[in-house]
Formats: sequence, C-alpha cells, structure tokens
Amino acid sequence: KLCICCICLGLYNNKNRKEKRKTKMASGQQWVLVEMVQAFYEAPAYHLILEGILILWIIRLLFSKTYKLQETNKLTEKEKEELIEEWQPDPLVPLVSKDHPSLSYDIVTGPPSHKIIINGKECINFASFNFLGLLDNDRVKQKALTSLKTYGVGTCGPRGFYGTFDVHLELESRLAKFMKTEEAIIYSYGFATIASAIPAYSKRGDIVFVDEAACFSIQKGLQASRSVIKYFKHNDMEDLDRLLKEQQLEDHKNPRKAKVTRRFIVVEGLYMNTADICPLPELVKMKYKYKVRIFLEESLSFGVLGEHGRGVTEHFGVNIDDIDLISANMENAIASIGGFCCGRSFVIDHQRLSGQGYCFSASLPPMLAAAAIEALDIMEEDPDIFTVLREKCTSVYHALQGTSGLKLVGVPLSPSLHLQLERSSGSRDTDQRTLRRIVDYVSLREVALTIARYLEKEERYLPPPTIRVLVTVEQTDEEIQKAVSCIKEAALAVIS
Amino acid sequence: MTESSSNKLLNGDACQRSSKDKKSGKNGFVKNHCLFQQPQKYRRPREKNHNVVRNPSLYNKPFVESYEETPLLVAVLTYMGYGILTIFGYLRDFMRHWNIEKCSVARERDEQKDFVPLYQDFENFYTRNLYTRIRDNWNRPLCGVPGSKMDIVEQVSHDYNRTFQNTGKIMRDVINMGSYNYLGFAENVGQCADAAIQVTEKYGSGVCGTRCEMGNLDIHQEMEELVARFLGVESALTFGMGFATNSMNIPALAGKGCLILSDELNHASLVLGARLSGSTIRVFKHNNMVSLEKLLRDAIVHGQPRTHRPWKKLLIVVEGIYSMEGSIVRLPEVIALKKRYKAFLYLDEAHSIGALGPNGKGVVDYFGLDPKDVDIMMGTFTKSFGAAGGYIGGKRELIQYLRSHSHSAVYATSMPPPVAQQIITSMTTIMGEDGTSLGADRLRQLSENTTYFRRKLREMGFIIYGNDDSPVVPMMLYMPAKIGAFGREMLKRNIGTVVVGFPATPIIESRARFCVSAAHTRETLDVVRGVRGVSGPLVLRCVLGVQDLSCFKGR
Repeated sequence: KLCICCICLGLYNNKNRKEKRKTKMASGQQWVLVEMVQAFYEAPAYHLILEGILILWIIRLLFSKTYKLQETNKLTEKEKEELIEEWQPDPLVPLVSKDHPSLSYDIVTGPPSHKIIINGKECINFASFNFLGLLDNDRVKQKALTSLKTYGVGTCGPRGFYGTFDVHLELESRLAKFMKTEEAIIYSYGFATIASAIPAYSKRGDIVFVDEAACFSIQKGLQASRSVIKYFKHNDMEDLDRLLKEQQLEDHKNPRKAKVTRRFIVVEGLYMNTADICPLPELVKMKYKYKVRIFLEESLSFGVLGEHGRGVTEHFGVNIDDIDLISANMENAIASIGGFCCGRSFVIDHQRLSGQGYCFSASLPPMLAAAAIEALDIMEEDPDIFTVLREKCTSVYHALQGTSGLKLVGVPLSPSLHLQLERSSGSRDTDQRTLRRIVDYVSLREVALTIARYLEKEERYLPPPTIRVLVTVEQTDEEIQKAVSCIKEAALAVIS
Repeated sequence: MTESSSNKLLNGDACQRSSKDKKSGKNGFVKNHCLFQQPQKYRRPREKNHNVVRNPSLYNKPFVESYEETPLLVAVLTYMGYGILTIFGYLRDFMRHWNIEKCSVARERDEQKDFVPLYQDFENFYTRNLYTRIRDNWNRPLCGVPGSKMDIVEQVSHDYNRTFQNTGKIMRDVINMGSYNYLGFAENVGQCADAAIQVTEKYGSGVCGTRCEMGNLDIHQEMEELVARFLGVESALTFGMGFATNSMNIPALAGKGCLILSDELNHASLVLGARLSGSTIRVFKHNNMVSLEKLLRDAIVHGQPRTHRPWKKLLIVVEGIYSMEGSIVRLPEVIALKKRYKAFLYLDEAHSIGALGPNGKGVVDYFGLDPKDVDIMMGTFTKSFGAAGGYIGGKRELIQYLRSHSHSAVYATSMPPPVAQQIITSMTTIMGEDGTSLGADRLRQLSENTTYFRRKLREMGFIIYGNDDSPVVPMMLYMPAKIGAFGREMLKRNIGTVVVGFPATPIIESRARFCVSAAHTRETLDVVRGVRGVSGPLVLRCVLGVQDLSCFKGR
C-alpha cells in the first residue's frame, strides 16, 4: 500500500509540474519541446534525483511480482509430498453387516410364475409383478422363441447405430395404438424410462411439482434434471394448489423469468410405495388453471387399471391428450423387460435425441420386444382379463382387512398392496425383522411374499416397512383364501 | 504410406528421450516428485498428438496411438461448411416463420399454446436444420441378425426426412461395420442361440421382480459366479442394462466430499452417474496422464474447495476403449498413479471386454496386469457377448455393499433369463470351458482383422484415429456435408457404417466409425476397396480430399 501511495505521489508531482509548464508556455505551442528541455535543465538537481528514484521505483514495482503474500503461502514440493503421504482416504465402501438381508437373496429356481420355487420350496407366488400371468404364457413364449431364432439375443448397438430392429418400430406403433396416442418410444430398461424422460424436458431452472411418495426412478430423474423440485403432500391436491399459487405469486413478481420457466407436475398413476391412485381429473384441472404440464408414471397402472388396461387415464375417463407424457415399464403387467413413453409426437419425438437412456444405451433385445407385442395382442383380444384382475384385487383387499396387528395400505383396485405394522416398535430394523418373520412363517405354508425393499438413506420420503402382496389373475380363489388365512395366522403368531 | 512408420519412429524417439530424462533424474539434476512430469513447455490446446509413451517401462508392448491434428485448411473448410448450413438454417427458419416454406414439424396442441414453451427455439435449431437433413443415416431398421452381414429395411422419406416409410424392399447382406459385435456372438444359430432357446422355453422371457424381491434366479447366481471367474475378481454383480450399471452404481460408491476424476471423453452414463452421486467432478484431458496426475496432486494438497478439508476419497473413472476415438486407456500408468495417490479406479470396459487381450479379458489382460489393481471393474454384455446388461466386479466387500446399496439391485428388474444364458454360453466359449477352441479362434480372428483393417485403411491414406490394437476404427471425414454423403454412398455399396458428427464429436472432427468383428472374413474386410471405389462426385472428392491431405501430412 505504501508503494502505491508513492506512485500516486509521483504521478501527482509529475502532473503538477507539467501543468505549471503548460501555463508558462501557453503562448508558443511550437516551442513546447524546446521549453521542456529547457525546463529540464532549469529544474533543481534534488528534484531530478527524486523523480529519477520515483521512476526506478515504478519500474521495479512493475516488474516485481505483486502478490508476495500468496507466494509465501505456496507449499514446497517437500511439503506437498508430506501431505500426499499423510492423506488417507476413506475405504471405498463401508463394511456391510453380516446379517444384512441383501447378502442372502432368496434363490428362485425356475421361472417366477404362478408356482415359484424359492430356496428349493415350491410356493404360490404372491411376490412377482406378473399381474396378468403373461410371464409363462405359451403364446408369449413362442413369439419370443421365433424372434430369438430370427434375430439372436443381443442387438449389439444403440438405436441410432444399427440397433433399431423392425420389431422395435412395430412395438412402438403398437403401444401408441394401444394407448391411443400419437407416438411411443421404447427404452431398454424400465427404471431408465422415466429417469431419462424427465431430464429430457426439465432443465436447470425449471420447476417440478412432485408427489412426495413418488417412486425412486422419478426421484433419480428429477435429480438428473437439476430443476427446482417442490414436493407436495401425497395425493393432497390442496397442498399442490398452495404450491402452485405460491409459484403464481412469484411469477407475477418476475414475469420475464416466468416466461421461460417450464413447469411440470410429476405423479404416479398407481403409487408403487403406497398403492394409491392419483386424483387425475383434479390434476388435469390444475394443469389448465396454472398452465403446468403433467408427466404420469404408470408402471403399476398400465395393463391393470381401466376397462382395456390403458391405465389411470382410462380409469378416470380423462382424455389422454391432456396428459403431456405417460411413461410405464413393460416389466410388470407385460412381463417383458424395458419401458416406454407415449404421448403426442411433439413431446415424444424430442426424446429420440435427448433421452439419455434411449440414445446412449443398447436397444431392447428383439425377442423381448416381440414378447411385449404378443402380450399387447393378448390384452387387446381379451379385455376381460382386466375385469378378472380387478375382481381378484378387490377380493384380496377385502379379505386382508382386519388382520390383527397389520394394516392394509392401498386402494381395492391395486394389485400391489402393502401390509404395514399397526404399531411400529419405533425401530425400523425391529419392524423389518418382525415382518420378515411373518414372511418366513407364511413361506413355510407355501405362500411366497416379499418385504418391500428401499434404499433407506436415499429415499426422499421413506415409506414404513411393509410386506408386499401382489395379486395376479392366475391365483385361484382357494389360493387367495389360503394365503389370506396364512397371513392372518402368521400375524397372530408373530405379533402377539 | 510412410505415415504409420513415421509415427512409430517418432514414438521410439520419444521413448528414448524420456528415458534420458529419467537418468538425469537419478543423477540428481532433476528433482522430480511426480511420476509423469514432463518438461514444461507450451502446448497448443488442440494438439492431439499424445502418442508419446512417457513411461515405456510400464508397458509390455509397444503402445502406438495416433491422432493427426486436423489440417488447417480442412478446419477452415469445415467451419465454413457449418457456417453455410447455419445461414441456410436461419433462412429457412425465416421462411417457415412467414409461411413461405411449409413447416412439417409437429406442433404444440392448440389448448396448450399459452403454456411456457416446452423447448427453447434455439435448442432445436441444430436438429431442425442440420440433423434432419442427414437423418436417414441413423436408426436404419434391421430385420435380421446384426452379424457380419445384416438385412436392412429400405426406407424412403417423402417429407424431407421427417418421417420414413418402408418401401417394402429389404437390402440383403449389407456388410455390417456398425454393430459392436466384436466377437461375432450376435447369432441366431449355434450354441449360444440353442442354449438361449432352451432357457426361454423353461423360464420365459421376463422376471417380474427385482434382485432383492424374488427376482434372483438360479441362472443369475450361476452367471455371476462365472463372470467373477472370467474377470479374475472375487465377486461380481450383474445388472439388466449397461447404461444403468454406470449411472446407478457410481452414486453408491461416491458421494458428497468425494472427488471424481473423469476422462473428458467418458461415456454419457459415467457422466450421469458422477453427477447423480453428488461428488465434485474434475475432468482431465483424454488419456493424458500428466493432466491426471496434476489433478490428483492438487486434490490431495489443496483438499476440498473453500473448506480445505481433505477429500474423503478420490475416484478415477476411465474407459477401456473409447468408442469415438478408438483409443485404449493407458492403464499401466493409471494404475501407477492410483497406487501412488491412494485413489480408487473405476474402469469401464464396455467396449474392451472380450475385444482386447490374448484371453479376451479386456484391457487388464491386454496389458498383462493384475485385475486386483483395478478397484471396480465394470463392463457390459451388449457388445462382445451379444447379449445385454452390465456387470461390476471387484472385492467381495465391494460387491456385498453394492448388493445392498446399488440403485439397480434394489429397484430395477433383474436380467431376463435368455440374456443371462447368452452371457453364460458366450463367456464359457471365450474361456474355452466348452471344450472347443471356438472362443480362441474368435479372439485371434478379431485381432488379426483389426490389424489388417487398420493397416489397409492407413495404406490407402485415410486419417484414422486410435490405438493400433483397437477394433474401433474411426476414420475422419471432418466436413458436415460428408457425414451424410459418406453414409449414403457406403450404403449404396452395400456397406453399413456409422457416421457421427457434432455433438458426439468435436465440431470439426466428424467421422465415420468401423467396428471390426471376428465374424468378418478377409473378403468382407476388403470393403476397404469399396471405400476407395466410391464414386459419385461428392464422395469421390470427400475420399480423395482426405487422402490427398493425409499424403501431404505424411510427407
């Protein structure tokens, strides 16, 4: 700082003198140079010396490194070495406790269809998402086999680079036709479908309103999108309305920003974690009121709800064009692999270049696409299958009411129900173990159930531990009765 | 051409020089704490000629990789090409706006016209005006096995590539240079297909459950044991989708307070995984060990930004073969660095597993290294094995942790049984455990084909990128107009190639990519002649242009 003061002084001094000189020789401009030289001679010696020193000082300042402070802060190579020697990383992964349930997966021998062999014991399957029983359907199998004999197994490339097969195109147009939308796009993995679709549209700065019970793949999609995320209470339209109103006020304050901020509502048709149906008609009303687009995840409801299995839009009689994007996987009702998005071409086509899971991943094996087409055929030919499923769901729902110690979560129409402890012990681990005992008890009596599994630290709103009960059309009334009585017995034995 | 030999010469030269440097270090003239420090000199940022092995002692074989710098004239012409396309794009957008040109693009519903637009206008400018013009080069539908030859459904577009209609004809026996079918296991006959058929008959095609909840079949257990044995690791875990293996497992391995060091050309799935993990990400120059080492040192010395707390872990993320460059990771150097700086190494062998190494065990096998030195061995089954899905291999604790914490193990449906069987059969074939030498033959064939094909292309004067042993062969086209022209003209000659441009590559480095397969025969590979024979005014110039310039460079 001192130095800077000196410079200022010097400069000031200089200027002053020049001005003085200027006033002196205002009369004869052409003599300026001569005058200057003269002035130079006239100036007293001490002045010249002072100026000289100042100039040297300035030159020194210019050429020396300015920030000496940091230089002294710099570490020497030796110090760096020491730091590097010293540093110890955390272990790559923490040790998993030996009794963690994931370490010993149940081993299923043979297909997980109606009858399932778990750890060597045959059970009636209440644990697979095979709602329509298409997993070991002969027609589906035959179609898959024919396709396998034509195309082989893998596709050896993403859709863009010779990974598109005619079956993919056929499946896309069939799905679009089935859902009565303009276009559909298929992904090779159910989880990646909605997780890729959301970030294709919603970018940084956009706002997404999400039901807090949304499933994990939605959460991952939201995270990848880097948008602003606002959670509303599960199925609570008032809460959503409140958030949207707040947003509207915000928008009034900053209309320029509001003009480019896209807004989305992301909901599930039938919730994976709570087995509830979303109130779609009200959501559509909100959509037009607040000009928000709706993305609907129908993994559980597709092929389940509605007269023809078209999902929650058909269930409520909502015009499917009012939903901007519907996404579902083909791993539950369709019993194949992969997922799809459908909607208007204006929306869907964008994913062909922007859906990461679509562009950068190998395409769906053709045989699985062929299996999905056949499954769609079956669903179209025989819509009664959905009525049967609905009846079974309702009967299981009613039968499981009043199980002592266990609370049934979900709606009667849902094929994926949750049994939750009526009174939690307060510790998640203990609850989980209690439920596990029920599942084990039931499996001894040849009924297969599972505990719903979550990544406890990663879930936004962790659902309480539950037993999953999955209903399929293959389960006979006797089997359902047996299962229900087993569960009730087990609950009595374990909980009391 | 003398080009390749001159490259080699240069390479040898460099090796000598670096060993001299080392000597002086021993004599005490140079005090050097870094493993791979190089003399500080100004390097032009666009220079890509880093085919200089700095530590030849770490390699057991010559490591030859070449990237010719884009010639200035070509670069200027390429930019001009984009300029012209952009000007025309604006012109056409203007005409569309005033309804002079009919706009055939799908539009928003009338009811939603007053919503905030779903896409920003400029977002789609590139798609609308550049990509759509040559869209017919991608997404060509196949109607048969993607083997060494393929059948393509012929399509035409009557609305300037917005939609395509089938003509009803099928282009038969198009030579397939586009599929990642390195070992030729994409087959509908043979032992893999037979085994897959049997399994489909038994299991059906789906699973309807996650690994944690009744989706863990006996066939999965068998497959994972085999994969672990194949890789030479303690344990392995498999997933239904290769992309998701990366994007859903990296978040389980790194988190807040961790630093991920990622190669600049890493695949989108690795980038997404790193982003989802919430860690800090720093990017080093492609395959540049000096850049990596600098980042590692800085990371440890300075710690986290602002708080200066030490990082919890450092995770280096690299790929085995980079699919757009054809380069092979400098694994021996990466491992040396990783050990020196106590970082963890995540190796994505999507393209290299099966395709590299005397035993087909990927890049680790290729360099003759110990798989235990790589902390996380990741790879996919889509390519060499002709199946689908991905795996992660490593220490038992790692896999146990992933079993309980990986997003895809807990939430995603497990792998379909026929796919699992395809993996089992192809893998046993590669390992020779089926009692035949079929696997070994394929491996040998692939490496012969690679050498042959790369040599031929070089001899003909094309600029090709990548490592001499990499079956991914990118050939430079540079100019945007050539992308479409090359793809179409090749198809006319019954050769299916992949052409790529921006944004998959840097803007001036559009290229065609050939993937060599063990299923190709010499005759098939002589498609090279086809390339040379390409006539038609535009493409002739394209090929000749490249050729001439490369000759010029070579001298």
